[in-house]
Amino acid sequence: MNRTQTLDALWSFQRSHGYLTDLFVKECAKDLGISTVELEGVISFYHFFRRQSAGEFTIYINNSIVSECKGYRRIKSAFERETGATLGQVDPSGKFGLFETPCIGLSDQEPAALINFFPFTNLTTLKVKHIVAELKKGTPLHTLSDDVPDHLRYTPPIDKSICIREYHQGRAVLKLANLGDEGVIEQVKLASIKGMGGAYFPTGLKMEACRSIKAEMKYVVCNADEGEPGTFKDRVLMNKYPGLLLEGMIASGYAVGAREGIIYLRAEYYWMMEHLRATIQDFYKRGFLGKSVAGIIGFDFDIRVQLGAGSYVCGEETALLNSMEGKRGEPRTKQFYPTERGFLNQPTLINNVETLCAVGRVVELGAQHFLKTGTKNSPGTKLLSISGDCHLPGIYEIEWGTKISDILNKCQADDPYYIQISGPSGVCLSKSEFDRSISMEDVKCGGSFMIFNSKRDILSILQNFTAFFKHESCGVCTPCRAGNYIIERKLIRIANGLAYPADYEEIKRWGEIMRMTSRCGLGQAATNTLSMAIDKFPEFFAQKVDQNGAGLNMKFNMEQALQPYERFKD
Amino acid sequence: MNNEITIKIDGKAIKTKPGLNLVDVATEHEIFIPSLCYYKHIDPPLGTCRVCVCKINGNAMPACTRKTYDGMEVELNSEELLDTRKAIVEMMFAEGNHFCPACEKSGDCDMQHMGYEMGISHTRFPHLFKDRLIDFTPKRMLIEHNRCVKCRRCVEEVFSDSGERVFSFCNRGNETIVGIDYEQEATLSEEQAFAAMHLCPTGAILVKGKSFAHPFGDRRFDKTSAHKSEKSTSAAAPLPKDMSPKTKKIIATTSLAGCFGCHMSLLDVDLALLDIIKVVDFNKSPLTDIKEFTEQCDVGLIEGGCCNAENIEVLREFRKKCKLLVSVGECAIWGGVPAMRNTVPLEECLEEAYLNSMTTEPGENTVPYHEDLPKILDKVYPCHELVKIDHHIPGCPPTANHIWKAVSNLLWGDEFSVLYSEFKYD
Repeated sequence: MNRTQTLDALWSFQRSHGYLTDLFVKECAKDLGISTVELEGVISFYHFFRRQSAGEFTIYINNSIVSECKGYRRIKSAFERETGATLGQVDPSGKFGLFETPCIGLSDQEPAALINFFPFTNLTTLKVKHIVAELKKGTPLHTLSDDVPDHLRYTPPIDKSICIREYHQGRAVLKLANLGDEGVIEQVKLASIKGMGGAYFPTGLKMEACRSIKAEMKYVVCNADEGEPGTFKDRVLMNKYPGLLLEGMIASGYAVGAREGIIYLRAEYYWMMEHLRATIQDFYKRGFLGKSVAGIIGFDFDIRVQLGAGSYVCGEETALLNSMEGKRGEPRTKQFYPTERGFLNQPTLINNVETLCAVGRVVELGAQHFLKTGTKNSPGTKLLSISGDCHLPGIYEIEWGTKISDILNKCQADDPYYIQISGPSGVCLSKSEFDRSISMEDVKCGGSFMIFNSKRDILSILQNFTAFFKHESCGVCTPCRAGNYIIERKLIRIANGLAYPADYEEIKRWGEIMRMTSRCGLGQAATNTLSMAIDKFPEFFAQKVDQNGAGLNMKFNMEQALQPYERFKD
Repeated sequence: MNNEITIKIDGKAIKTKPGLNLVDVATEHEIFIPSLCYYKHIDPPLGTCRVCVCKINGNAMPACTRKTYDGMEVELNSEELLDTRKAIVEMMFAEGNHFCPACEKSGDCDMQHMGYEMGISHTRFPHLFKDRLIDFTPKRMLIEHNRCVKCRRCVEEVFSDSGERVFSFCNRGNETIVGIDYEQEATLSEEQAFAAMHLCPTGAILVKGKSFAHPFGDRRFDKTSAHKSEKSTSAAAPLPKDMSPKTKKIIATTSLAGCFGCHMSLLDVDLALLDIIKVVDFNKSPLTDIKEFTEQCDVGLIEGGCCNAENIEVLREFRKKCKLLVSVGECAIWGGVPAMRNTVPLEECLEEAYLNSMTTEPGENTVPYHEDLPKILDKVYPCHELVKIDHHIPGCPPTANHIWKAVSNLLWGDEFSVLYSEFKYD
């Protein structure tokens, strides 16, 4: 067996047998020609792979901060009560396994859960009761699962809108021959399309770099591992415009001279897989994929979908490549860009779903269309996934340069107090900054836009973020692996009222150490928000500490420290 | 590519060739870039430990993953970078459970050596005391997960004859461990097993029955520092002579959750003790058997961490009565050997010791609890988590010279320079 098929093989066995048995792991390792422990290493990296029974129905409740605000705890207890399984375990009958997982890309309809990877949204205790009762009765799972609405809330007028507009299959692909491969790159550069996943690297430059390298094989990879908590725009794009994504990939492939496209789809979106695959089949039927795409002699292009298995860090491009190669999804050391040595060491162009859709649109509509709106450094529009404390959570296609306050009005946020932009690794904004704008010049946004009202506890938001990073760190480099754990301890101290103002300075310095020394963006950005929040919400943090500072005696909770011993009193 | 280029490290121009590893080039020119995971022939470099972080043309990045190019400007030993590198090693100490005095690899350990080089007297981070396994299952080796720093050397270097990996990272995040393949391990020859043990920069991989390689004094890092030589003679602490009794300084000492080893070490200055008592008075201390403070003291030396409520009371009393408090030895600094229990719940510890132990008297089935007995804390706490500690002297125990040099520096401002061989964690 080829190493790149590892994840597929594991999935296939797990789907038919419920979990990966010892015997299977041994045999699979043999097939791959690697030692058992190496395969164990791969399996244990991804939290959706199970080495023990996870129940006939495996329930994953989302524990992201939006879910927490919308009633995660209630839903968790409801599931525990109804299924008889405690969180992290399987109930005695082996029917239900109850687990939690970070953001599943349904923040506009929380609390949500996946049961055997079917989505269940807007959960209430009654709904949970109903679902579990039906499952016990033997009702087929797919009939119970919710249809996931796209919640498209806002798009600019037709002359300005880019992504969210009518889509006609083939419009972009059929223009390729006229445009020529260099023409595609030129248009992309002209429209100054940037990496919409949140890194903002100029897509045109990336394409050029990939194009300039001669190689037997080149790849276009679509990063559909939308793991940043609070974002779900890629989900909506793939659900509503899967064809546009494919056209963006085909156009990119044409421009850089690639022959194969791979969509790395996060396992949380498994429910969309069939839809994607059907669209791909349709493209083959219409001659937009396969040999001589759209009649262009010499341009052969195939697209396949690779399913992930539960790991946020795989959204990091080099980790994603490792994962596609059937390895642990650990980021590489950055000696080479993926455009030099990417998938299987071949030049690889990796772009986010939204970026590739934009590439599709630029071919279809022309770069001039992009320049009609937006700001100087960021022409065009941006998709925001808005969630949290507002009446209209969903997808907003905003023109770059839109003010935060406008956005808050549009989504009807009554009492916005704390806004988290670009997810936990992004930035936070306080009330005084609501007149800033979303643009390359001001507040950059990767897509996630989470609103919290004044009743939310900022510290528990930050604790949720830190727990998330601790859980998702790949564990390869010291500062991220140990740092997030250490910061988590510190936050517990603050939450327990055992902190001093000096602790905040320490957190900032420690965060700076993590930023300087971590291998990839996860560790580098993990404490950004925390350090920022300390500065932006001084009155909140002042409440949490003793302003007198540490004197000669440190605060200590003696009662708590003696509690275990007091049990032996009689 | 035979062309010569110039790079700068901390302003010093170095002529070299392009495309060479920065750590190697620096080493060639006798510039020491600390690194734990770097191994010359592993390419691409592992880049896991991040200890070698420096700034290249202004951007922080690990030196080991960088290749030389013309005009490369490396900032290596700025205050910020020195502190950052130190912090990374401190993180390793805080993350694992590194009980140097009880470790077979002590003195031959790259990480411990790094601690000496950087002068780490204590970690700024709280020790995490995560419960970790010791795996005795392999045929030849034992894997001490408490000590593993996940450098990945063994993963990339140790293969069985069939070409398969013997080690692999397993799990993720702070749960990451180096897993070992029992089947593959069993096929290794004794030499291969030894090679794996020597590859490990800490004491995580040991070969059963062969782990104590050298006696004290002959170990790799006992005497020589990696980047500076030192004079072999070690003068004892210089103490001011002929002080009148009126200006005598006052010292108090105590042993909390410790073994009195640090006090023994205190006495190891031998004859110099006669000089010391001319200029120093001991107040409350086990050395004088004075039980209660009779006056304010200049320095309080604390041995041991806090494992029970009484320790805390004594420590707080010391804080009140002493101008300066010094944590002496590993136990005071971070818990040390008594803190081995911190990874296990207190209930289990006590049940094991009093109820399930082989030596439990028949019929005796209680855990001692009496109002006269100090109450035991849920874990052993380092002193600085309870009171402000002004200074830390590492070691188990610290050498006598180290202690007295530090103390005389605190009392009289004497020049403070501890020799490499006097700075020890074990």
